[in-house]
Amino acid sequence: MMPVLSLSWLVPLVGALWLVFIGNADGRRDHLIRKVALGVSLVTFVVTMVIWAAFDGATADFQFVERYAWIPAFGIDYLVGVDGISLLLVVLTGFLTPIALLSSWGSVTRKVKEFSIFILVLEAAMIGVFISLDLFLFYVFWDAMLIPMYFLIGIWGYDQRVYAAIKFMLYTMAGSVLMLVAILGLAYLHNLATGAYSFDLQKLSTLEIGPQAQMWFFLAFTLAFAIKVPLFPFHTWLPDAHVQAPTAGSVILAGVLLKMGTYGLLRFSFPLFPLAAAYFAPALAVLAVIGIVYGALVAMVQPDMKKLVAYSSVSHLGFVVLGICAMNAQGVQGAVYQMLAHGVSTGGLFLMVGMLSDRRHTRLISAFGGLKAPMPRLTAAFFLITLASIGLPGLNGFVGEFLIMVGAFRWNPAFVAVAGLGVILSAVYMLWMFQRVFFGPVVHEENATLDDLRPREWAAVLPLLAMSLVMGIFPTLFLKPMEASVDRLVQRVQATQTLQATNR
Amino acid sequence: MLNSSFDAVVPLLCVILSALAVMAAEAFRSPGEDMPLGGLGLVGLAGAGVSAVALWGRNTASFGVIVADNFSLFVTMVLGIVAILTIMFSPPVVARDGLPKGEYYTLILFSIAGMIMMSMANDLLVVFIALEILSLAVYVLTGIRRDDARATEAAFKYFLLGAFSSAFFLYGIAFTFGLAGSTRLDRVGAFLAAQSMSDNPLILVASGLLLVGFSFKVSAVPFHMWTPDVYEGAPAVVTGFMSTGVKAAAFAAFTRVFLAAFEPFSADWAPMVWALAVATMIVGTVVGVAQSNLKRMLAYSSIAHGGYLLVGLVSANDVGKAAILFYLLAYAVTNVAAFGVIALLGTREHANDELRDFAGLWHTRPALAGLMTVCLLSLGGLPPTAGFIGKWYVFSAAVGAGYYGLAVIGVLTSVVSVFFYLRVVVMMYMVDRDAALASPARIGGLGMAALVASIAAIVYLGILPSRVLTFATESISTIFI
Repeated sequence: MMPVLSLSWLVPLVGALWLVFIGNADGRRDHLIRKVALGVSLVTFVVTMVIWAAFDGATADFQFVERYAWIPAFGIDYLVGVDGISLLLVVLTGFLTPIALLSSWGSVTRKVKEFSIFILVLEAAMIGVFISLDLFLFYVFWDAMLIPMYFLIGIWGYDQRVYAAIKFMLYTMAGSVLMLVAILGLAYLHNLATGAYSFDLQKLSTLEIGPQAQMWFFLAFTLAFAIKVPLFPFHTWLPDAHVQAPTAGSVILAGVLLKMGTYGLLRFSFPLFPLAAAYFAPALAVLAVIGIVYGALVAMVQPDMKKLVAYSSVSHLGFVVLGICAMNAQGVQGAVYQMLAHGVSTGGLFLMVGMLSDRRHTRLISAFGGLKAPMPRLTAAFFLITLASIGLPGLNGFVGEFLIMVGAFRWNPAFVAVAGLGVILSAVYMLWMFQRVFFGPVVHEENATLDDLRPREWAAVLPLLAMSLVMGIFPTLFLKPMEASVDRLVQRVQATQTLQATNR
Repeated sequence: MLNSSFDAVVPLLCVILSALAVMAAEAFRSPGEDMPLGGLGLVGLAGAGVSAVALWGRNTASFGVIVADNFSLFVTMVLGIVAILTIMFSPPVVARDGLPKGEYYTLILFSIAGMIMMSMANDLLVVFIALEILSLAVYVLTGIRRDDARATEAAFKYFLLGAFSSAFFLYGIAFTFGLAGSTRLDRVGAFLAAQSMSDNPLILVASGLLLVGFSFKVSAVPFHMWTPDVYEGAPAVVTGFMSTGVKAAAFAAFTRVFLAAFEPFSADWAPMVWALAVATMIVGTVVGVAQSNLKRMLAYSSIAHGGYLLVGLVSANDVGKAAILFYLLAYAVTNVAAFGVIALLGTREHANDELRDFAGLWHTRPALAGLMTVCLLSLGGLPPTAGFIGKWYVFSAAVGAGYYGLAVIGVLTSVVSVFFYLRVVVMMYMVDRDAALASPARIGGLGMAALVASIAAIVYLGILPSRVLTFATESISTIFI
């Protein structure tokens, strides 16, 4: 069988290496480089689609597993595989990267080669994060991903880019190094129990870990993920990074990077330390709910569109964490679904805000107004994505939020009551922004003559619009493959929780 | 048991002979004549490398005081790599700064000989002699730019403080001799093992004094005061050489003395080393943040790296011992290369070692900026580089020994250190400069080759560390009985 999973991250990496060797000192070959990068990312997308097509949704086991000894002395393997939870995130990464590259076609004109290289390396690392089943390998991808993102923000970002890039890097690292210590601790416990080190996720999840150790390890892992999500109050890097990043960076940050945090909670924190998870879940849920409401309230008063979308992410990701904390089939399915939906709709929002900012070199809401007359097509597209983001039934945002609410309600209705507020507020801030930007009279002269969507921009926007509709109308298409894996995960966590609780 | 033969000193002899050859050649060199003196040194170092490979696994000893076990051979190879890279970086620096060519290469080779001897020494007095051989050479190398006030000051400072610490070390040897009746490490070890229940305060005094001597050489806080000044004053290529070579040699002896001979009393000295490690990691990184001179910054970074190595030492388990070796290699390759970049960028008038000199380097010299970035990422411990594996290895030793606190402090300080490494990256990539950097018109091929080789090694060790990790593990199995 073909090693499709290895291909999925090696293709962009090799593509990046290829670009390194295309000479482009004077920017003469910018166009060729853009095409090569886009081609490579499209090939990657095809590979991820092949994975999806060949995926067997009936089983909860990891599929397409590849295992090679890497550092045998420590039981470290190159071990990759996907299940229903990671599968669609891999596909999402493959889907969003070409769009991000397309979005930078016109806006990135400086050092195009390096830009494309960093995007492709980033894609490789992100896919690597989602497919790793060895904790060491996971950590390597997790940390390696910071480097290209740091450069993308720092070199091609807006005015405060350097500050934002360093803040992004240090914040994320501070969380993840503690996770490294916890990973080492886990491997050490495995050594104590069995006489051999192991970083294999499946072996480690069968390990009996004492309640005390579970608490510490859970906190170390969860801090790393909470910063990435970002969960309130660890979110302060996000507005900076999102706002300062170039459009492509924002699309990938919001679309994929944030999901690495929630994915980590699902894949590592909860299954590895079920007792601690049960203990801390209410606290996490409280933070998530605070994030939902706080993010929405702060988004409402932002004068800057990009910042508004950034804070809306804090709010939306709060829902995801809430669903995970509920730890029942609906909650977790909703959480995974919402991750995908948020990737599509927020990716789309950043994309279109980027288009406006390319044209006007400002992202302030007050600088716009009445855009529906000069640019009706962009207005329509923006409206659709706005509605998707709000969670209108029939569009992608609805399904995830609804499932999360159902799941959370079965767990603890109080959280749902507050989180429901977030749903209402999201309609307020999104529609209000939409109204101020697109409706009313054209107040600023220069807005009257703005170009509508260009063909290349259509190419970036259309897939997102289509995906919003498909995800809203045929949710089973996406829920089916994850069902078995989610059920197994939930059962396992709950079974261990009851078992270990009775043992004590 | 060790086989006694003459073989063990062969690597050492190769280097010493080449040093003598360089000295003799210099004497016969007519003024202005160009002799490949560095090449002579490379021949000797290559000989040392080949003989080290040949001796691998044979576990030989000469005269009872020089042992060529895998541990010292591993360190010898690290030192050989350091010296070869340094010599490859040297020619443009020697020509540019008008350094006395013969003396320069002779001193480099003699100090390497001292370092190799130190890693092989199985007797406290031989450790001391080796320490003095390498130190004297390094003192002179620090001040080799005699017309430079800062260099002279640095050399003088280094000499005074170094002499002071040597006295501590010697005093510690005297106490050890007084206790055990021998300075041979195996005998000291046997004596101490028999005394393991004793609470003789002299043991504590002896180990404390030795600890001070070693701490000075590895620039552990609070014995680090000389480091920034010396590293800043010396020519960049010499700084790269001594920040890695001296550290590797000193750590080899440090490990051998404390984890072999003084191992039975680890409960006594471990808390001291623990405190040293914590102080070293914290001071090295926190003060490093405030530096605006790249050499000073890397000086503090090298202090911090000493702290990580101490973590391996205090863990005192097999993983920790092997981690020290691996870390030394990873750090050596990375740091020599980083200083190599600085050395290659300097001109006669401008040292170009201030942080702001690196502004916009990416636009003018993209290759050099890229190579420097890899070095900095490795120093910061980011995957997929050698520095990451080194840190991971050291901290897993700490976790394995139950020192969770130490590991947490270690990883957190490494995040702080990433901040100042990133400042250089910010300068190179994200800040545009107004005036062009006065850098050499072209970078010599030899220096570039050394850089590329180091970067290849950094990435290789970062992605496929397994082979070298196995070597490191084999290295420790033979010595610590």
